[in-house]
Amino acid sequence: MTAVQPALASLASQMVVDGVSKGFGLGILHQQVLHDCSFGLERGKLSVMIGPSGCGKTTLINLLAGYESPDSGQILLDGKPISGQGPDRLVVFQETALFPWMTTFENVSYGPRVQRKLSRQVYEEETMKLLELVGLKDFKDKYPSQLSGGMQRRAELVRAMINQPKIMLMDEPFRGLDAMTRALMQEYYVRLFEQHRGTNLFVTTELEEALFLADRLLILTNRPAHVKKVIEVGLPRPREFSMLTSREYQVCKQEALELLHEEAIKSFAAGVVNAADFLEAYSRMGNDQAVPAPKGKDTPEPGNRELSS
Amino acid sequence: MPQGSGQGFNTVKLKKKIFSRATFRGIAAVVVFAVLWELCSRFQVPIIGNVPPPSSVLKELGQQLANKAYWLSWKDSFIRILTGFIVAQILGIPLGLLLGVNQTARELIYPVFEIMRPVPPLAWVPIAVIFWPTNELSMIFVTFLGAFFTVVLNIIGGARSIDARYLRAAYSLGSTRGDIFWKIMVPATLPSIVVGMTVGMGITWAVVVAAEMIASRSGLGFLTWQSYVAGDYPMIIIGMMSIGVAGYLSSALIRLIGSRMTPWLRSF
Amino acid sequence: MNSETGSCHLGDASPTARATGRGQISIRNVSKLYDPDGARVLAMDNCSMEIEAGEFCVVVGPSGCGKTTLLNAIAGFHDITAGEIFIDGELLCSPEKKAPPGSDRIVVFQNGALFPWFTVLENVIFGPVVQGGIGKKEAREKAREMLNQMGLHGIESNYPSELSGGMRRRVEIARAMMNDPRVLLLDEPFRAMDALTKTVVQQFLLDLYDKCRKTVFFITHDLEEAIFLGSKVYIMTTRPAKIKTVLQVDIPRPRDFRVLSSSRYMRLKKECIEAVHEEALKAFAAGEREMA
Repeated sequence: MTAVQPALASLASQMVVDGVSKGFGLGILHQQVLHDCSFGLERGKLSVMIGPSGCGKTTLINLLAGYESPDSGQILLDGKPISGQGPDRLVVFQETALFPWMTTFENVSYGPRVQRKLSRQVYEEETMKLLELVGLKDFKDKYPSQLSGGMQRRAELVRAMINQPKIMLMDEPFRGLDAMTRALMQEYYVRLFEQHRGTNLFVTTELEEALFLADRLLILTNRPAHVKKVIEVGLPRPREFSMLTSREYQVCKQEALELLHEEAIKSFAAGVVNAADFLEAYSRMGNDQAVPAPKGKDTPEPGNRELSS
Repeated sequence: MPQGSGQGFNTVKLKKKIFSRATFRGIAAVVVFAVLWELCSRFQVPIIGNVPPPSSVLKELGQQLANKAYWLSWKDSFIRILTGFIVAQILGIPLGLLLGVNQTARELIYPVFEIMRPVPPLAWVPIAVIFWPTNELSMIFVTFLGAFFTVVLNIIGGARSIDARYLRAAYSLGSTRGDIFWKIMVPATLPSIVVGMTVGMGITWAVVVAAEMIASRSGLGFLTWQSYVAGDYPMIIIGMMSIGVAGYLSSALIRLIGSRMTPWLRSF
Repeated sequence: MNSETGSCHLGDASPTARATGRGQISIRNVSKLYDPDGARVLAMDNCSMEIEAGEFCVVVGPSGCGKTTLLNAIAGFHDITAGEIFIDGELLCSPEKKAPPGSDRIVVFQNGALFPWFTVLENVIFGPVVQGGIGKKEAREKAREMLNQMGLHGIESNYPSELSGGMRRRVEIARAMMNDPRVLLLDEPFRAMDALTKTVVQQFLLDLYDKCRKTVFFITHDLEEAIFLGSKVYIMTTRPAKIKTVLQVDIPRPRDFRVLSSSRYMRLKKECIEAVHEEALKAFAAGEREMA
């Protein structure tokens, strides 16, 4: 367990992950997903976590949300260790978790309804306000199966937001949406964030999406993962898509690409099957890098090097 | 202009279904079948020719439909069915939910349940007749068994395969255990309850018909068996057809109830 | 099925080699009316396109707008309710005539359709062998040669499950090309891929096109992808689908990812983004469920 670094201990970090390790499985099936992972989520900032697919980002989300506990290390919220799950740390999952048997209205008002802290009139009013905000007022009595992908995501966003959580955790929420819906959702989400300025952690594999949204970019290594580097994204708010041509953006993108490329090389060498694609992509983007040949059964291998399967 | 979908009764859809090519083909097939059957009988074709022809069946049917005793058979069978089925749901749904949700209960009760389940309901008839004070109760008991095991199993399966995402989301949003049970687990399990009911209803009919043949003096099953004993062969066919229609109506009723219980599963 | 030419002319020296006039498609006033259970839905409204032989044509539009309808009509999976489609001068499809599915208009789908129980080589030779135009041994040799030329050597004996996602997609495209189609139809083929893997396979397709110059009919929801890959881009509206804009992409070939930061690309993108954004917003607000 590392000593908590000064940056993490500063009051700017509302949530602190300190020396967290997590593995799954026994014996030869054991997978060490996270090892000695430390970082902080700054108050009122949108931190975006990016890393190769399957590197452990979802595990981190599960730990922060309290669905699982770390094997070692600790996770602090406002200085106190977290215990289990709760409405102070809400997750928007990759696949929709809207309750299929409830209407949109019932879904969004679910949190306040079960917490029993507000009167019915108050929370129903709040539900209507939020539904109107995301343009779902006319769909309040529809079931999730009647909503399109983009609308389901919006409903889930406000289902979380109505509880005013201290931390919003977004686990690749726009994955699987078509390009245009995705762009619109990114805009939607970033505007919502800029209005409310809560503490958000957004996980994604898409670098452009990450840079468009982020105040700070957390780059993860591959397994066993820890935070490789934190890049401060100096683009002004409110964010516009036109910023994607600015110098600052290009600089951040280049830095992130180099780091991700390094990790892709390690992944490929470790025999992760899909790493071949990433590596090829990065290699092309890099300067004068030889594109690695496809690793197959018929490729002559020097010496005793293991093949990727 | 696109028509509305799923709200109320779509008459265009129904009309299309009734007058579709598939319906005409179906009716034509039935007519051909009836004609062939009749011909087989007239020409004394071996084996098939021994079955009473549609002409005599229809004649007998006409008489029976006016006969009070015939409809009493319906009533008697239905009462047994519904009583057995409803009691099975009343006892089976809570038990299924308990076993699905609570691990301790599952470990205690399930093994006993699993020992009894493989015994076909009909094999219970002799012991049921001995133990229950009246034959009527013993038959209701046997039909109860058929539906009971089915619904419990389906619910256990449904409850145990609820996607973890819903539970996690619900817990995160601050649900109590009671909320989780009533607002998440029960609705999530409803589809499997409906399946259990639908399959259970089918099993119930199978059981009651056979039970009546063995142990009763009334009902559609008894009617069919009695016709065999008395040598009234067209009545056997009528008995069979009646059982088929009755079974179909019951299943349709259950399906209707089921779809009302799970409005979110309707295709929109 | 043109078996005499065997595999694609990958060996042609000139990068501007054009196919021998095969694969010219005329789409004239095509409309498609769906009638599921009495709800008459106009999926496509009076669309016309002229696709030259060897052209890389891309159709862009929001999800569920009906753009797949055209692809399905050309491929022979669905019929059309008005208009005509001609290929190389012959009538392919009309309200009275549904095109038969064939390997001359082969489709690469969104979700991988490699046979998991065959190796890469067996997958690639499947089409030609099943059609009976070529012997297994000859097919294997031709396949090896083709895979080599495409840069996919070394994986012939692997099973699809042993390959990365990007590799599998490339093998699928190779398998399609092995049938020497008149037109290569791609139905949102890279939709399910992450951005990085997508770039690899897009580049592969571009390189392949440069060598082969087959007619390509490519459907996507991604405007950036459309401009990056295509020579001509048709932008469709939301349902009922009409052609909103036609864009001539004057970016020279061969192209690579550096195109994405060129001024020409930016200008083209800006030109269409208004049109596309408007349609996307409509779809976003209406929340249309995708049609099957």
